[in-house]
Amino acid sequence: MNAPIPRISIRGLSKRFGHKVILDHVDLDIMPGKSTTVIGMSGSGKSVLIKCILGLLKPDSGEILVDGENWLGLPEHEQLHRMRRVGMLFQAGALFDSLSVWENVSFALLRQGVDKKTAKSRAIEVLEWVGLHDIEDKVPAELSGGMAKRVGLARTICHKPDIVFLDEPTTGLDPIMADVINHLIVRLHKDSGTTILSITHDMKSAAMISDHIALLCHGSIHRQIAAHELESDQDPMLRQFIEGRAEGPINCSSWGKQIEEAIQR
Amino acid sequence: MLTAIGKIMESLLVHMGLYAETLVRSLHRITSRPWHVRIFLQQAEEVGVQSLPVVMLTALFTGMVLALQSYIVFHRFAAESLTGLVVSMSVVRELGPVLVGLMVAGRIGAAFAAELGTMRVTEQIDALWTLSTDPVRYLILPRLIAVTLMMPLLVVVADFIGIYGGYAISVHLLDQNPAVYIDNTTQYMGLSDFYSGLVKAAFFGMLIGLIGCTEGFNCKGGAEGVGNATTRAVVISCMSILISDYFLTAWMFG
Repeated sequence: MNAPIPRISIRGLSKRFGHKVILDHVDLDIMPGKSTTVIGMSGSGKSVLIKCILGLLKPDSGEILVDGENWLGLPEHEQLHRMRRVGMLFQAGALFDSLSVWENVSFALLRQGVDKKTAKSRAIEVLEWVGLHDIEDKVPAELSGGMAKRVGLARTICHKPDIVFLDEPTTGLDPIMADVINHLIVRLHKDSGTTILSITHDMKSAAMISDHIALLCHGSIHRQIAAHELESDQDPMLRQFIEGRAEGPINCSSWGKQIEEAIQR
Repeated sequence: MLTAIGKIMESLLVHMGLYAETLVRSLHRITSRPWHVRIFLQQAEEVGVQSLPVVMLTALFTGMVLALQSYIVFHRFAAESLTGLVVSMSVVRELGPVLVGLMVAGRIGAAFAAELGTMRVTEQIDALWTLSTDPVRYLILPRLIAVTLMMPLLVVVADFIGIYGGYAISVHLLDQNPAVYIDNTTQYMGLSDFYSGLVKAAFFGMLIGLIGCTEGFNCKGGAEGVGNATTRAVVISCMSILISDYFLTAWMFG
């Protein structure tokens, strides 16, 4: 029997800013319909990884295959066209200040030529799905952090993407609102079977929303496990990260050494 | 010392490269759809209509002070009748486009840089891309076209208001003959003088849009970065207007 083709396959992805190596030959497969979460320290390059996949940053080397097609080699207009397949929730929402909530949510639909009435009704439907009612005519400045995050999530899924990227979906939220967001992500995954790639350092969130978890450390994927193995896995780096200990194999000096080695390479 | 000069030159070349890249990327998109007409009209209203009060006030007082100064000097040679010609020529050829350019650079160049810079640091520009929308086409192109087209219109208004300011001071305050004033003004001034000012205005408009949008679009470093981008946009726009004005004048009248 043939092995299933990964929805996203990252091969040897490297990215450096100046002399600082951020990603160092990252390999990662994200299977169709699965929710994968990349965990790692702040500044470990998680956001850079997602931005490289989306074409927001140009990697120095490597391949990003989506359903077997290398997105890195595509011309700009083709990359833009591929974006119709994806949805992205940004860490701070990244809602457009000058547009109302419903215009934000249905932005992709309006750009695709869907008429305003249909787009607004779809926006209201998705807003209700994330638990927000009667806010469609407000502007982002009138929303709380939790509401903005849910509006961002509504915008991410309004055009029914088949790959969803979530950048720190629970960061900056109170524990209750973080739980609400986690439940919404789980529901999205169950209801639509969407492929999800999240990045977070919130272990509770990672355990709840993921099928697979990958630890990004020192510029590369150090460990990849199924979410149910999270508690039993004995990898020292993973254990240190899960338990939130300052002492352990992950420390600033070892990261600095890695950077030096990467520069020398 | 040499290191400092080297850094300044490097920064200058980097910025020139960014402006050239923005211009090429914008021009590359100008002939193909989609055109964001609604955003263009919003920006045209912002650049044109919203700038009118400041432009009119600047032009009025420039014309008035120019008439006053010219009259005082010409009075020494009993050549007061030339006041109207000097005022109108100065306003139409130089002061109209340059002063309107400086006003619009302060108002619109800063607004472009601050707005796009804020969008950059809050990831709104990245969000546009992920929503399958070309940020250059959506954000930069409408602004660039709006300011390039609106600047000549603002200068036409400024020309008339400036000339009227000079007329009002000369005729009502300095008791010059209105018929002689108008006759001297129209007799020696050709349409080419008027058009040259409009060409300059369009060029200055393009510079303001290009510099403001590029600085904002490539902004880095949070709130401080937005502030720096805004300052750079205004300073570089003003300097570029004054420098390019010399070369445009030399090219058109040299």
